[in-house]
Order: sequence, then C-alpha cells, then structure tokens
Amino acid sequence: MSLDIATTRRIAKLARIGLADDELETVRQKLDGILDWFNQLSEVNVEGIAPMVGTETEAMRQREDVVTDGNCQEAVLSCAPDKSGPFYTVPKVIE
Amino acid sequence: MSYTIEGKTGIWEIVVGLEVHAQIVSNSKLFSGASTRFGGEPNSQVSLVDAAFPGMLPVINKECVAQAVRTGLGLNARINLQSRFDRKNYFYADLPQGYQISQFEYPIVGEGTVEIELQNGETRQIGITRLHMEQDAGKLLHDQDPSRSFVDLNRSGIALMEIVSEPDIRAPEEAGAYLRKLRQILRYLGTCDGNMEEGSMRADVNVSVRKAGEPFRTRCEIKNVNSIRFVMQAIEAEAVRQIEIWENGGEVDQETRLFDAARGETRTMRSKEDAHDYRYFPDPDLLPLVIEQSWVDELKKALPELPDAKRARFQQEYGITSYDAGVLVAEQITADFFETVAKGRDGKLAVTWVTGDLFAALNRTSRTLEDSPVSAASLGKMLDLITDGTINGKIAKDVFETMVETGDEPEDIVEKKGLKQVTDTGVIDTAIDDIMTKHADKVAEYRSGKDKLFGFFVGQVMKETKGKANPALVNEALKAKLDQ
Repeated sequence: MSLDIATTRRIAKLARIGLADDELETVRQKLDGILDWFNQLSEVNVEGIAPMVGTETEAMRQREDVVTDGNCQEAVLSCAPDKSGPFYTVPKVIE
Repeated sequence: MSYTIEGKTGIWEIVVGLEVHAQIVSNSKLFSGASTRFGGEPNSQVSLVDAAFPGMLPVINKECVAQAVRTGLGLNARINLQSRFDRKNYFYADLPQGYQISQFEYPIVGEGTVEIELQNGETRQIGITRLHMEQDAGKLLHDQDPSRSFVDLNRSGIALMEIVSEPDIRAPEEAGAYLRKLRQILRYLGTCDGNMEEGSMRADVNVSVRKAGEPFRTRCEIKNVNSIRFVMQAIEAEAVRQIEIWENGGEVDQETRLFDAARGETRTMRSKEDAHDYRYFPDPDLLPLVIEQSWVDELKKALPELPDAKRARFQQEYGITSYDAGVLVAEQITADFFETVAKGRDGKLAVTWVTGDLFAALNRTSRTLEDSPVSAASLGKMLDLITDGTINGKIAKDVFETMVETGDEPEDIVEKKGLKQVTDTGVIDTAIDDIMTKHADKVAEYRSGKDKLFGFFVGQVMKETKGKANPALVNEALKAKLDQ
C-alpha cells in the first residue's frame, strides 16, 4: 500500500484536521502502516459471504412513537462554546 | 409534443431526475423521543441524542419505519425486509454528530413507479429508484447577528424519506406533474404533509442536456428547491446554461448548484466542493433493520384508497369524466366532499354543483372546503329538491346563493321564500293565456312562421311565474296553445 501526499492532504481536509506541510510525511507513513496492517484481511477469501455488521445476530430494537424526551434546553446548551438566548452560535456560515 | 430547446447547433433535450426529501409525519424523532412539532421554542425539542452528546445511542421509531413502508407501497415499490443504516460524514454547523444517519447501500424501499398526467391528457410512467430513511439536520439563522449564525436543533433528527426518481423526466412540466403527484400520494397516505413552504418537502434537481439519441452527458445537482414553480424554472435556467457551455466548446462540470429565484438563474455552491466524498460506512450503533412480510401485508391492507384508484372508481361509479374525476381527487377533502354529495344521487349533477357553483362561491368568498359555507349534506339535500321536482334548476341557483350567504338549509329557504316549483297545469295555463292576450301581435307573427319567438314566450311565462314554473310543463303547454 502506498498512500500519496495529495490523498493524505485530502483525507485530513475532509476530517477538518489542519496539518502543516512538515507534518504530512509523518502522517502519511503512519496511515500507510495502518492501511497495510488492515490489508492483511484481503488475504481471506470472502466470496459469497454477506458483510457482518455486528456481533449479535438479533435485529434492531424498535421503540413506540411517543414523545419521551426533549424539554432540556439548558442541558442541550450546557456544552456550547458560545450561545445567545436559546441558540447555539457559530461563526457565520453563509454563501 | 416533446419538450426541446433549440440551440445554435440544433435541438437539445433535457434529462432530469429528482431527489425529494419528505419529512415523515410522526410524533417523535427517528432515533430519539423528542417531539417533531413545528415552530416550538428554539432548542426545546432536542434530546441529548439529537445534540450528539457523547455516549448517547439511537433507537429507531417503529412508526417512522411503518410510514416509509406505507409510502413504498403507495409508490408500487419493492419493500426490502432487510435494510441498514450508514453514516454519511460531513461537517456543517447544523449537524452536531458530524455525520447524518442515512441508508446508503441497503435502503428500505427499492424500485417503484409513479404515473403522471400531462396537460394534454397524456400519461407517463416515472421510475422510482429507491426510498430511504435518514435524519434531518438542524436549522441555521443567519440574520440575527453580524458575525455569528444561530443554531436551532429542533429539526435535528426528525425522520426524512429521500425519494429518488430515475432520470426519466424530459420536461419542466413533467417535473411539476411528478412533484404534484408525489405530494398527492404522500398526503393521501398521511406519511408527509407535503408542505413545501414550511420545508417539509423539498427537492434536489439533477439536470443534464443531450442531443437526441445520445447517452447521458454530465449532470449538475441543484440543491434544496422549495417550490414546484421554482423546480420548473430552475430546470429551464440550468438547461439553457449547460447548452450554452456545450455549444461554446466548453465542458459542463459535475457540481452542486443553487437556484436564485429572484434572478431566475442557478449558481455554483463552493462549500459543496467535497460534498460527494461522504466516506459512508455502516453505523456501528445500529443493527440491521429487519421487518416481517406479515407486518408489511398488514400495513398494505390498512392503506387508504389512493388517488389513481379513487379516480377510476369515481368515473365508473358516478359516470363522470376522467377530467372531472381528476379535479375531485386532487385533494382528499374534495374527494370526500364530492362523495358525500353524490352518494345515492346523480353523479353528473353532483360534480357540476361541486366543481362549478360551489368552487366559484368558495373562490368569491375566499374560503376553502374546510370552512365551506355550504356543507356536503346540505348541498346533497338541495340536489334532492331538484331531482324530485320541488325546485327547478334556475331557482336552485338562487337557493344555493342564499345557502352561501346564510348557511340555511335548502328546504327552509324554499319554504320561507315560497320557491316551490309550480307544477299545477292550471296555474301555468292561466299564465300562458295572459301572456298570449298581452302579446297578440307576437302570437300572430309566430303563427305566420316566426318560430324563433317561442323562446320569447317561454321567457315571459317564466317571468310571470317568478321563475318557479316547471320548464318542461311550460314548454309542453305553450306548444299546444300556440300551435292551435
């Protein structure tokens, strides 16, 4: 597996992780190592086997359609780095 | 006639596919127990699941699943008994999780079809590719502060159905017809209120152009168009833009655009540059969604009659035209109103009064069927009065106007105003004799061959009897006396 610098930069950007140019090569090598390690899995023949999405065999639990939660504005806003009245606020994002 | 655009290099056709986001009608959210009510105090209808606090786990709302299945059935689509949820990763201030829980590889509903009808009466089948469930995002307010955007998460986590069509649409009119039909089906099913102004139904529009017989060219996606009219305008504006690029030797880039309704043009959305790199993967918090065929069958049995079936039945059961039936089933409330009026009565008479006089009266008084001044039962009783000969058609118009003004029952109005039809031949004969004496000259003219005067005599007799005479009896007696 050989990850290139451009792909490394793109992955970092998609994850909103700021990387300085001199950090890129180190991160590239580390990611490359991780990918190589996981790539061992491709040695296993999985032809005709459905992907496993969990270790349990049961299906998803479902709940009834009733309002049981909410009305906890204070708790919801408790971790907001910045707020105004009943709102979270963020630096302006508009086109 | 198919829709085309004429460019410098020849005739172009357009290829359109729609992705419709429809908010599911439910009490609580897709994965949390917070309320879905519209217009609540900001951030009050938010659970810690919706705000993506660490350690909170999603649990699916069974009714949302049922609504998605009902919609799938209404679109004649395949229901997948096994489906799965994936994480669609992107960063935006209205998405606290940093990913949207959606269904990517295994949606709950597969291929289906919607039949649309065009202005000229032609019908077309538009293919449905899939329908999947996903979470809605929160809402951003940009006009409260010069440097900050405000975030309200009340909408965050509400269940959406994304309904994806095949690129089968070939004209703005077809896109409009498709959206109207889809909205109609959703409303009949009660799975989405279809309210585009409040944003509970919105469309992403994929547009490309090509010369006849060509394979598809590059498409652009116009995001979040919130009215049917704008969808139609956006398609046309975008098609014209793309044709210009191709004809000037350029290349259309696959990109996300938005429609500026004020300027009637589309423009690029830079922030969505990476929008198609969502790095989907199965949500490890959620097991596969497995439903039983028997449950799907139960839901199917309980579905209401859908517009196409109702329209066919109206035509057959009440002997009305396809056009009239289409007008009546457009809204469920209109269909129900008509059926109350028409049940056990003359369907053609009923449709004339409902779509003619009643609609006109509603228009004039700026009312809707929901607060109609004349109830379906009262209108039905008035039709009975016409059918059993108590009043004639002309008097019926007056009775109806009084009903609109006062809300009184038709039989009371007829009684109070003495509008009962005159069927007493003695009274009619006397009136005719009077008129013939008064207009002896005209009688002579008529008898010497001026047949057209017959209408004049009918008019005079009706006037003499204040419009209450039975027209058939008047005709018969007049004919006999004049031809003597």
